[in-house]
Amino acid sequence: MIHVRNLTKRFGSQRAVDTISFNVPSGETLVLLGTSGCGKTTTLKMLNRLIEPSEGIIEINGTDIKQQDGPTLRRSIGYVVQESGLFPHYSIYDNIGVVPRLLGWPPQQIQQRIAELLTTLRLPDNLLNRYPDELSGGQRQRVGLARALAVRPPVVLMDEPFGALDPYTRRHIRQELFGLDELRKTTVVLVTHDVQEALEVADRIALMDQGKIVQLGSPTDFRENPATDFVRDFFDF
Amino acid sequence: MTDFFQFLTDQSDKLLDQILRHVGLTMLSLLIAMVVGIPLGIFISRYKRLASSVLGIAGVLQTIPSLALLGFLIPTLGIGIGPALVALFLYALLPIIRNTFVGIQGVSPIVKEAAKGVGMTNRQILTKIELPLALPVLFAGIRTAAVINVGVATLAAYVAAGGLGEFIFGGIALSNVNMMLAGAIPAALLAVGFDLGLAQLQKLTGNRGRVGALVFLLALPVLTAFTMLPQGSGKLVAGFAHEFYGRADGYPGLQKTYGLHLTPRLIDQNLMYEAIHRRQVDIISGYSTDGRIKAYNLLVLDDDRRAFPPYYAAPVVRQATLDRYPELQPTLDLLAGKLTDSAMTYLNYRADYLHDSPAKIAQLFLERSGLYKTPKANPRPQRIVLGTKVFTEQYILAEIYRQLIEGHTELGVDARTGLGGTQICFDALRSGSIDFYPEYTGTGLLVILQPSPVVLHNLPMQPDSVYGFVKREFQQKYQLAWMAPLGFNNSYSLMMRREQANALDIQSISGLVGYLK
Repeated sequence: MIHVRNLTKRFGSQRAVDTISFNVPSGETLVLLGTSGCGKTTTLKMLNRLIEPSEGIIEINGTDIKQQDGPTLRRSIGYVVQESGLFPHYSIYDNIGVVPRLLGWPPQQIQQRIAELLTTLRLPDNLLNRYPDELSGGQRQRVGLARALAVRPPVVLMDEPFGALDPYTRRHIRQELFGLDELRKTTVVLVTHDVQEALEVADRIALMDQGKIVQLGSPTDFRENPATDFVRDFFDF
Repeated sequence: MTDFFQFLTDQSDKLLDQILRHVGLTMLSLLIAMVVGIPLGIFISRYKRLASSVLGIAGVLQTIPSLALLGFLIPTLGIGIGPALVALFLYALLPIIRNTFVGIQGVSPIVKEAAKGVGMTNRQILTKIELPLALPVLFAGIRTAAVINVGVATLAAYVAAGGLGEFIFGGIALSNVNMMLAGAIPAALLAVGFDLGLAQLQKLTGNRGRVGALVFLLALPVLTAFTMLPQGSGKLVAGFAHEFYGRADGYPGLQKTYGLHLTPRLIDQNLMYEAIHRRQVDIISGYSTDGRIKAYNLLVLDDDRRAFPPYYAAPVVRQATLDRYPELQPTLDLLAGKLTDSAMTYLNYRADYLHDSPAKIAQLFLERSGLYKTPKANPRPQRIVLGTKVFTEQYILAEIYRQLIEGHTELGVDARTGLGGTQICFDALRSGSIDFYPEYTGTGLLVILQPSPVVLHNLPMQPDSVYGFVKREFQQKYQLAWMAPLGFNNSYSLMMRREQANALDIQSISGLVGYLK
């Protein structure tokens, strides 16, 4: 589904992302894991052209992403950010419906899809006319995910999506959301620095350090064959 | 208090007219400032390198004193609504640009990134995310600008643009507290009203907020329409000074004696001449010795029915000062009869048109009259204080007196130039803040003594009789002494451009009344 080859991003003379390559097959959840400043967020943002690469090629579904303009590309890719990034002046209904509206869906279809998402994400109906700051952190996170899934994108990118939640809520929401059929069928790239989170939700993990991928493999691979001392140290095995 | 309400009742038509005009000026300038300021604020939020210079320039504009700003604008824009609008627009600009910029800057970067991340274009991010979220801050800026403008709009009365300033400045010129309050109180209420109203609007959120903002935006152009109220129309347009318009011996006297009816535009007395010169008005209320009569080729209309009493100039001195410094009176009387109408007009002309300094003009005059003596360079511990009103002739007279006294006596002279009107000069003189000032006989009679109609009727309006009357009354009532008159009669007069007056064959005020009928 996603092919990344020799991707590099330079900020001035510094290489934030240094010639990395990886593939994400359809339906897989890949976790980009690492310390702050390792280049994982920059890598994620290059996937939907929030950041333009210095070098390298990214293909999604066999097409080079440079062939589409940024806004059009991003409408076809779900995006979940820290603290949900909901629009504070939009009602929950308008927040979830924002991408379908940008794509010009008829209102009835939007309404239908929102109802469907509410059921899936177990959000109560009476939330729809409220505003983000009236919701709990967990509810906001669900709404953020609903917004990302609204147009059934084949790919969803998540940037520290559970970062703002307390550890208890975080664990429960994570388990619940990643248990959803809808998300399991979607190709997900998720950025986190939380080892536990990575081990729990990832099909495969790419551990990054100083702009490079140190090891790429399934959680089992990491447990059984940590590639370097850094990996062993990072996972605290 | 009852006087005040009586005044409001009497003037209610005019008051309402000026309130609407005031609102119109404020709102039109606010609208223009929004049309320019909001896009500029958005622009500098995109190109942040320009932000500090744009905000800096707008900030400097804000610091220019409002009267000075009007002064700069008059040579290019003339008088009337133009310079007033531009000045108000410039004052409203800073809060609007700054708050647009700050409001957009204040939108959370996470929200902006989310907006980009879901696929909004830059324009959509601006219109759907940044502007709506910046709206409360932006609105606070509009609110600040509106309140500033209600205050500054009072100055529009200086340039014949109307508004509540007409009452305020008229009241100051005439020392009429009720008139001042009739302008100041509604202006203050308007400011508070706008502030509270816009604050309410600012508090509305969501859809109601949007509806409120829309109503405000739609109401704004409607309110600006008040600036289009007709003003000073008719065959000939008159521009009168605030004081002339209200004083018994000014316009009301003309109405009584000639049955003259005009709807004049009120304007600062120093700008009147500029206005007639630029053909923005056709008749002004000037002083018969003003230098600009000569400079702008104006015709003084003959006061054939003697509506204006004689205004012979003479210094009025505290008796106590004369007693303490016996050398003062003979010195002042050296000037008696030395300044004829044409001599004074010429001195005024040198100041107003040739821009010579009053000191230079005074010395020139004294030398020609053989009265100039170089002052001895010794310390002058004994000092007397001289006051003047706010116009060229008085500044020149002040210099003449200073040089005369310092040349002929050991006294030192401190000048308090620019006391804002007859009443202020007179009060300063009585309280001893000043020792003397040049006054005019007609003003002493009608503004200060204000004799009953019977007395006035029996007093012949001849130079000598009026002078004798004020000299006697001032001495008895206030222990103030009128010295010998200087010689010129600076009376109120109506004037027109000479070519227009000739074309219409108007030479006198009766002729003007005849033409207007």
